[in-house]
Amino acid sequence: MSKSDATPARGVRQKVAAGLKRRYRAERRFQAYGIAAVGVGILFVVVLFTTIIANGYTAFEQTYIRLDVTYLAGEIDPTGARAPADLAAGNYEGVLHAALRARFPEVTDRAELRQLYGILSGAAETTVRERVLADPARIGTQESLWLLARDKVDMLVKGKVDRKLPEADRALNDREVGWIDALGAEHRIEKRFNIGFFTHGDSREPEQAGVRGAVMGSLFTLLVTLLLSFPIGVAAAVYLEEFAPRNRLTDVIEVNINNLAAVPSIVFGLLGLAMFIEFFGLPRSAPLVGGLVLTLMTLPTIIIASRAALKAVPPSIREAAFGMGASPVQTVLHHVLPLAVPGMLTGAIIGMARALGESAPLLMIGMVAFIADVPKTFSDPATVLPVQVYLWASSPERAFIERTSGAIIVLLAFLLIMNAAAVVLRSRFERRW
Amino acid sequence: MATEMAVTGENLRTSVPRASVSAAADQSQPGEKIETHTIGQVTVANPVMTARAVNVYYGDKHAIRDVSIDIGRNAVIAFIGPSGCGKSTFLRCLNRMNDTIDIARVTGSITLDGEDIYDKRQDAVQLRARVGMVFQKPNPFPKSIYENIAYGPRIHGLAANRADLDEIVQTSLHKAGLWDEVKDRLDNPGTSLSGGQQQRLCIARAIAVDPEVILMDEPCSALDPIATARIEDLIDELRQGYAIVIVTHNMQQAARVSQRTAYFHLGDLIEVGATDQIFTNPRHKLTEDYITGRFG
Repeated sequence: MSKSDATPARGVRQKVAAGLKRRYRAERRFQAYGIAAVGVGILFVVVLFTTIIANGYTAFEQTYIRLDVTYLAGEIDPTGARAPADLAAGNYEGVLHAALRARFPEVTDRAELRQLYGILSGAAETTVRERVLADPARIGTQESLWLLARDKVDMLVKGKVDRKLPEADRALNDREVGWIDALGAEHRIEKRFNIGFFTHGDSREPEQAGVRGAVMGSLFTLLVTLLLSFPIGVAAAVYLEEFAPRNRLTDVIEVNINNLAAVPSIVFGLLGLAMFIEFFGLPRSAPLVGGLVLTLMTLPTIIIASRAALKAVPPSIREAAFGMGASPVQTVLHHVLPLAVPGMLTGAIIGMARALGESAPLLMIGMVAFIADVPKTFSDPATVLPVQVYLWASSPERAFIERTSGAIIVLLAFLLIMNAAAVVLRSRFERRW
Repeated sequence: MATEMAVTGENLRTSVPRASVSAAADQSQPGEKIETHTIGQVTVANPVMTARAVNVYYGDKHAIRDVSIDIGRNAVIAFIGPSGCGKSTFLRCLNRMNDTIDIARVTGSITLDGEDIYDKRQDAVQLRARVGMVFQKPNPFPKSIYENIAYGPRIHGLAANRADLDEIVQTSLHKAGLWDEVKDRLDNPGTSLSGGQQQRLCIARAIAVDPEVILMDEPCSALDPIATARIEDLIDELRQGYAIVIVTHNMQQAARVSQRTAYFHLGDLIEVGATDQIFTNPRHKLTEDYITGRFG
């Protein structure tokens, strides 16, 4: 359009003005879609967390019953020799039964007595035994002790047993409810912080079950995974990105790495079973093998992220280093790698977070077994947090429901700590330049 | 030569009348007599670097054709020419930066102090310590100012101790005219400096390893006129100690800073000569057209 002719210019202005409203409307609409999408996402996260925390927070409390326990010499040490071996083998169950009978003298029927004895956890015996072993002079004396209650009592105290249900549909009958209420009226029932949840391994008894075994299992497994996958992944990425010639072989490798990242994780479990356990004869259910399998699974993720991080380093830095006479290795180690490390750590976090939440490949190598002992080494049988969640979720006892959610909370906390550590590391590397 | 010309049927190319061997054997020319199609003073007395019949191929593309030229000591030579004429490509041959490009292939011979730099025994790392380079865009390392300068001496083991290194850093910054501006903040990141300061930092970094030749690939194209003027002054000062090869798009800059000028055109080195002569009395039609702004 020429400057002398004003009409087309005005025409342009009018056409632009006519379309402006529509353009801004489209922009607002687009923003609204975005906000709606984020809103839905946040809503789901809130619902998820509310559900888990609402279900799980009670797992961090446990019900205890206070009983006046008389350390009966006849039950604990009938011979009177006070030998530690005898004391350890004493009939503490009898001591507890006597204490319960003393509190509820009106119960005499054998069946009713068995129910009465059932309000205490099996762990209560251990408490009494430890008191005696710590100080044998207690034998013959009486002491008021807080003892762990059985899971169904715990559920009743936490209000998770509906008292309005017909007696036959309840885990506790009217008599048992009556005993608990009577004890509660005397302030002999108390909910305390559930230390056992963090210090015990798994157990068939919900009130004694803890996540420590699974936490340690996860820790050992992830340690193996991190120690293997990060160095190997970074080394592979550096070689492929900085040194490898571009030819058919490296193309094939690249395609395969990308494909491996998409392989279902259970396939890696099968590979681990066939290779590490059957061929190399490594122990079953061990964090070592779990870590190896998860390394296979995590490697492609770390390699791909690390290569992307290396690609993102500006070529001018490489040129500057080459121009100064740095050798290729010096260029990579002194300049390229430090700039790429934050990106590599991001890849490692994503990979490790995925490994932490993974259960399918571990099922294949036997990490799904019920293991009560807390693992102490990399080759002890162990399970991991997500598998523990799965195991508890499929248990019939009502008390395992809250423990399932409790274990999920621990799993999420584990994840948060891991990510926080990675973020701190990353910011340190970013500042170091 | 003639058959090659016939194959490439571009208008401009066909208009390049190649000087005959006898034409190149200019009697005024010092140094050895060589066979070349370039007009003018290709050779100089006691050159620091010589290039003879250099060809560069990027895959199938013939980027540099039969270029022969000498680089004189303690002098600035400017490479000028339109975009894509191969002047940067040729510059990067002089310190083997093209090695980093897989598909690049270089033939012919380039010597530094009489040694062939493309010889198998010549190490590229050692070569780049002797032939420094400054790039188009300032590219300081994302490290402190001190570390930027100290990096070269450190990897080449030029400083025996910390005091030596401090000395080198200070001298280099002095030579680059940057010392007074940065002496109080040597620990600040190099990237925190202004564009012109960054480029002078890059020059300081290049001279920290005391090279014989400094290659500059359009060092001022990303800078404002004031920063450019400072760099040009600096180049003029550095000429006392180094041979400098500068690629530039700015003809005034070439005229201001260089003693010799080489005009490249589509991979050919058309004309070389004293800068005054090239700008006032070009002998080749293409050189004249470019200088007078008819294309470029």
